[in-house]
Amino acid sequence: MSEPALMEGSAAIAEAMVVAGCRFFAGYPMTPFTEVLEGMAKRMPAVGGVCMNAESEIEAIGMAWGAAATGVRAATGSTGQGLALMQESISELTLARVPMLVINMARSGADYFQATRGGHGDSRQIVLAPMDVPEAVEFTQLGLHLADKYRNPVLLYGDYFIAHTYESVVVERRDFGPLPDKDWALDGTSGGSGRAKLISPLGEVKQRDDVGYDLADHHAQVERDLVAMEREVEPLVETGYTDDAEVIIVAFGTPGKFVRYCVRELRAEGVRVGYVRPITLHPFPSEAVRQAALGAACVAVYENSAGQMVDDVRLAVLGAADIEFIGGLTMDSSAFGVGPEIAVGPIRSKILDVCRRRGCVTEGSV
Amino acid sequence: MPAPDDRPVIDTSAPPEVPVRLVDDFTPDLIDVGAHHLCPGCGEPIAMRSIMEVLAEQGLMQRSLAVFGIGCYTAFSNNLDCEVLQALHGRAPSLATGAKRARPELVTVTVQGDGDMVNEGLQEVLHAAARGEAITCVLLNNGVFGETGGHMTATTTLGQRTKNTLEGRSSAEHGHPIQAASLVAGLDGAAYVARGAVNNAGNVAKTKRMVERAIEVQLAGAGFSFVEILTMCPTGWFIETVDAPDYLADTIGAVHVGGVLKDTLADA
Repeated sequence: MSEPALMEGSAAIAEAMVVAGCRFFAGYPMTPFTEVLEGMAKRMPAVGGVCMNAESEIEAIGMAWGAAATGVRAATGSTGQGLALMQESISELTLARVPMLVINMARSGADYFQATRGGHGDSRQIVLAPMDVPEAVEFTQLGLHLADKYRNPVLLYGDYFIAHTYESVVVERRDFGPLPDKDWALDGTSGGSGRAKLISPLGEVKQRDDVGYDLADHHAQVERDLVAMEREVEPLVETGYTDDAEVIIVAFGTPGKFVRYCVRELRAEGVRVGYVRPITLHPFPSEAVRQAALGAACVAVYENSAGQMVDDVRLAVLGAADIEFIGGLTMDSSAFGVGPEIAVGPIRSKILDVCRRRGCVTEGSV
Repeated sequence: MPAPDDRPVIDTSAPPEVPVRLVDDFTPDLIDVGAHHLCPGCGEPIAMRSIMEVLAEQGLMQRSLAVFGIGCYTAFSNNLDCEVLQALHGRAPSLATGAKRARPELVTVTVQGDGDMVNEGLQEVLHAAARGEAITCVLLNNGVFGETGGHMTATTTLGQRTKNTLEGRSSAEHGHPIQAASLVAGLDGAAYVARGAVNNAGNVAKTKRMVERAIEVQLAGAGFSFVEILTMCPTGWFIETVDAPDYLADTIGAVHVGGVLKDTLADA
């Protein structure tokens, strides 16, 4: 479709997977991810794909793993809790070099550590954090592309708002450039050839009398590939008013959109404040954060958590400016992030408070 | 081992009537290298060979996918000339499900041990069976975690000594063994369920026929098929290699009784 349509975020993400050629999805219901699964259950049969109602999140990612290994574009997802169950597989998918989009419709902003540092062993994944439904549609497709490009899982970090907000959105296929052939994909045909394929976290070389095999070779190769991926992927970031800002606010995802609104409002009122919104949480846009911090007195981090991304901001700024954490947990009883903290009022007053303390609010301007 | 005077005497008074054949000549073409690093007396290579022989003999080699769990048999994931997808511990049925649903033309066979299937991932095989997934799951059951050196699994029989049931498994302390094939047979999606063993030539032949039938059921699209194969693990059982086949018959074979438990294709 090329005309804008009013769609719920979950349905838009499902449609984005469809237009991107994803033909296998498996999931287990859990709020606020459930409607993505519903969307895929509705759409997959119509386009010749498969949507599996898995018996748990562990089997959901297992099923997607099996499908992805045959070369089909595959995805799964859950909330942070469900992703914790999938975490072993996410890490091992990196070692097995199997592409997959893993959607985290998080219950809060507090899954940052899980998304960027979760899992065992030497595995890392690109993490994309959209701020609204149109971005979610774009990054769902980009995520599937990057997964295929680097033969590695990609995480899409959404939340309750992105899952359930209705927005006017155009869902059409995006072209992110050519991809290598999936000559590694399993279809049975290499059996009996003397070169039967293997996809395994332990390596893809079949042991033969004339070929040595060492697990360390595989781990070293995966490590080289990960480093190359992290060098090659340009971190995505949005910045505003950073040139002359005395205070920089850093926030990602839905809170990032609220922070951007508040900063724009305060700018219009004469407050010298700017913002940085990391979009790739991994690789983290450290250079953009550092550049923004260089002329500022303070970098304040707003997250709906007790403070997680603030660690990456500290590492990026490396002492070039003071760091303050101005976020906090959401306070509503549902814990779904629909609390006073994510309203413009409280965020604006937190930002204004930092700006006053840092002396960038001239009397009478606000 | 037979006494020296029981050994067959090879007549060397005349030239042989048939040319000499190497062990490799008997190796199915699916097995790429003869070498594996499993212990002497292990039953898993025999079970694995039975599965691979069936795929080769049925001409299914170019459309087969083996999905392996984690155990001693994982050693075969990188030396069979059959496409292999390596799963995490306990997770082979869900990977096989995804692969089969994505490419229904694949003949998909999982291989898991008792620790992998019955301990770590029991719900995987049960749900795959209940869904009537068109895959064949093979359980190599030796009643111990062989790879870790002989620890109790969910199929360890009462009285069986393992490294963490030193006085023998007791129902009061360690609970009762789970009979996997019987459990699977109770599910409506399971079309074929059988339990074989590889402790003697007769049982190996019977087990191979069970695998053949399971593949036949998969090809017919009749539902889920399951073959449990009792295998020897003299190392994990802490017994002499030559005693293992009889030990199998007397202990785990007496609890996990062999035979065809269910064949809906034949019943239809």
